Amino acid sequence: MRHERFASRYIQLILVLLVTLMSVNITPVRAAGLEAFDFTGKVDEDRFKALIVQLRCLVCQNQSLADSDAELAHDLRREIYEMMDQGKTDKQIVDFLVARYGEFVLYKPRVEPRTWILWYGPFGLLVIGLLVLMITVRKRKNQRETGFSEQEQQRLNELLGDEANPEPGQEGDKPA
Amino acid sequence: MPAFARYLAPLLAFLALAALLYKGLDIDPRTIPSPLIDKPAPAFKLPELKHPDKFISNADFQGKVTLLNVWATWCVACRQEHQNLVLLRQKGVDIYGLNYKDKRPAAEQWLQQFGNPYIVNAFDADGRVGIDWGVYGTPETFVIDKHGIIRHKHIGPITLNAIENEILPLVKKLREAN
Repeated sequence: MRHERFASRYIQLILVLLVTLMSVNITPVRAAGLEAFDFTGKVDEDRFKALIVQLRCLVCQNQSLADSDAELAHDLRREIYEMMDQGKTDKQIVDFLVARYGEFVLYKPRVEPRTWILWYGPFGLLVIGLLVLMITVRKRKNQRETGFSEQEQQRLNELLGDEANPEPGQEGDKPA
Repeated sequence: MPAFARYLAPLLAFLALAALLYKGLDIDPRTIPSPLIDKPAPAFKLPELKHPDKFISNADFQGKVTLLNVWATWCVACRQEHQNLVLLRQKGVDIYGLNYKDKRPAAEQWLQQFGNPYIVNAFDADGRVGIDWGVYGTPETFVIDKHGIIRHKHIGPITLNAIENEILPLVKKLREAN
């Protein structure tokens, strides 16, 4: 019996560890092909890397421009590098890409009327859930109060005796 | 809540979800809507495929309804759609080509071997014009109206079905429009 309990504890611990490990992103930003760029000049390497991880490669859609080895990703990295070299801001570069490929290139969608449901939908659902919860709880409470007819309530009180329904004033009679 | 509503509501919710998911089956995640639709075709100036000293620009296909087909010899799906482009040409549609990140000899041999449906081909060696046009996977085909406005983008190979139900009706409509 004790062994069994120990074993189940052990399994639990392993499961917790596994889930923790899985939730940690252990693959670093690989930044394929980055070595081809020269960061000794105007272009800041950190800024470049920070930007390309936010942008989606359109060929292999679940990879960022930093991760993807697709031909197009190479071209777009080169394009972004050159734009940075020309002194363009991050916003100008992102706008350049959105104008050509659409908002799909952004991993983080912009907040605008079209994406409101995406950004605020979960909060809406939360509010609906809370309302349903409140209504249900209130209804149950009412049911508890009016669930029995007067006769039934009397009979119940008789059965339960004073324990369940202490008479007012009785409390004060208790020895201190 | 009345009893019938209590039983009907989950059923309706289920049907709505089922309809949504059923529709999702037909949606191709690779087809990304182009932000260029109803916008002027991006300007470019590129050498011709056959004559590297001659240049072609988007001004060349103004004044008529045209198709701009983005293709390459390394693109398998382009081979698949090529005969359909030849067919479109035979039906009198003006097709320009954007030869994307390709090699000149390979592209010319391709046209000799499989037929040349293009009025002229622009040669985009490094794919920069492709980026301006939002090309992310060949083949892609743009339908451009008389005023040089992009009206439609077909992503992937042009099928016979697409010719009959998508390209030809649109070309006809745009030709009739002012």
